[in-house]
Amino acid sequence: MRQIYGPIYHRWFRADWEGLEKIPQNGGALLVANHAGAIPADAPVIMHGIEEELGRPVYGLADYLFRSLPVIGTAWARGGGVPAHPDNAYRLLREQQQLALVFPEGTKGTGKVFSERYQLRRFGRGGFVEIAMRAGVPVVPITVVGSEEAMPIVAKSSRLAKIIGVPYVPITANMLLLGPLGLLGYFPAKFKLRVLDPVTFDVPPDQDRYPRSRVFEGAESIRQEMQKNLYDMLRKRRSVWFG
Amino acid sequence: MGRRILITGLASFWGGRLAWGFEQDPSIEVIVGMDTDDPVVALERTEFVRTDDSYSTLARLVRATQVDTVVHAGLVVNSAVVPDRRLHEKNVIGTINLLAALGAEDSRVTSLVVKSSALVYGAAQEDPTWFREESRRTSAARTRVERSLVEVEGYLRSFAEEFANIKVAVLRCANVLGEDLVTLFSKALMMPMIPTIAGFDPQLQFVEQVDIVRAIEFAVSRQLEGVYNVAGDGRLPWSEIRAIAGHPPLLLSPLGTSMSAAALARLGVIKLPPEALNLLKYGRGIDNRKLKSVGFDYRYTTAGAVRHFVEGQRLRRVVGETEPSYRYQGDVESFFRHSPAIVRER
Repeated sequence: MRQIYGPIYHRWFRADWEGLEKIPQNGGALLVANHAGAIPADAPVIMHGIEEELGRPVYGLADYLFRSLPVIGTAWARGGGVPAHPDNAYRLLREQQQLALVFPEGTKGTGKVFSERYQLRRFGRGGFVEIAMRAGVPVVPITVVGSEEAMPIVAKSSRLAKIIGVPYVPITANMLLLGPLGLLGYFPAKFKLRVLDPVTFDVPPDQDRYPRSRVFEGAESIRQEMQKNLYDMLRKRRSVWFG
Repeated sequence: MGRRILITGLASFWGGRLAWGFEQDPSIEVIVGMDTDDPVVALERTEFVRTDDSYSTLARLVRATQVDTVVHAGLVVNSAVVPDRRLHEKNVIGTINLLAALGAEDSRVTSLVVKSSALVYGAAQEDPTWFREESRRTSAARTRVERSLVEVEGYLRSFAEEFANIKVAVLRCANVLGEDLVTLFSKALMMPMIPTIAGFDPQLQFVEQVDIVRAIEFAVSRQLEGVYNVAGDGRLPWSEIRAIAGHPPLLLSPLGTSMSAAALARLGVIKLPPEALNLLKYGRGIDNRKLKSVGFDYRYTTAGAVRHFVEGQRLRRVVGETEPSYRYQGDVESFFRHSPAIVRER
């Protein structure tokens, strides 16, 4: 998997990192990032990037919907994907002291149409903050620019999605240009990634529950910080394709 | 006074194998086994009682024999070999009768050990990678065998709450592989082409037959209480298990899998019940650390169990049916444990 993906990471998306040193060299940490594109390209870019730059594996926690899809689900699991279940997250972060990656926006982020690009959606119910609190690890936010343009959604069909039982059925710009091949072909948008300061929570780990207010507060402040940084990165971006 | 043990499901592989082990133990005074069918192994001092499917004579038996320990090894976990109605009778009604007998006023039972199955966790896309004993299944049980086992465990839980003086141990066993045992997965692995759902490569977990017998014996001798997972360390992708077995895949369609499975069953190739198809899609892992933490050690990991099974099959292909290896091993072990000829230190 790594060998196949290497050239895509370097040549196609030409990913640029900023603040990589903020990711801890050892010990567990929960990475959170913004999520975009009909078939999001950000997850493999982040996972591959950190693995290559820091030599640490990253386990992507994803919607279990993945597992019910033939081939895709298997490829995802082989590449380090893990079904998002609180037990799995706790085991990775607390017991194995690994890096785990979540997208708190979930499918609400990837199902956005192009006109809503780089507007962060609601961060679920803040479950990721609770997981980090319980595991006693910091949250490291990462903002990604480029994934929105790699596979923008022009329109979606909610009726068809309901029939198939998936969160959304997108019609992407890639499909309009390339036909069904567009499901596989990303546009060569330049990827820029910025690691923000780690957020630690001043609470004891391994509690059964944590105050809702603190969880929501934590999630919301991380969201605002990420949104601020996204706007900042967009201000500095001259070209979608060249950065 | 030694312990007095009652085994349900004596004719099953587990029942026979357990009785064998208990016979070697001089501290166990009486062994009574019950089942609907004749035992398949030669037993020396175990008393055999024939019953009907739902163990209706059990109350009298428990009273008359004054047993103090019951091993419930008669639960059916392979729905491909037992008709639905009989499965319900044996699992649910059988357990209700058993618990009624144990809870009777004149019962002297202090310890109950039940061999259950990891099927109670199911296998679904929402599952965690590892199920702990306290994890709940993520979707409702739909197949008949899973429903019956979930129901049985419910009865066991309330029984344990009601009778605090009786220690109830529930062992949830992963899929078993073993030389002497025919299970759904051992059948699948022996086929010239191994059934596989196209596009899926689930991670499966196995446990060797010896480790299950040892775990039950361990639970009996320690009088364990509570739920314990029994499974080999680690999980293996189905593709790797196929490679170890050395057979190519027999691809089933990922859409309408149950239809292609029905075709296989109709052709008489193999009967894959729905719970097996779920497993071939999503796999399952159960956390075995709780049993380890009370002092049990496994002889085989998942990979070790698969390899051991495949080696046993290769041997069988060359020399035909071998003498069941456990008889031999049992003799040797009892010789080393009990024979006065052995010089013991201390």
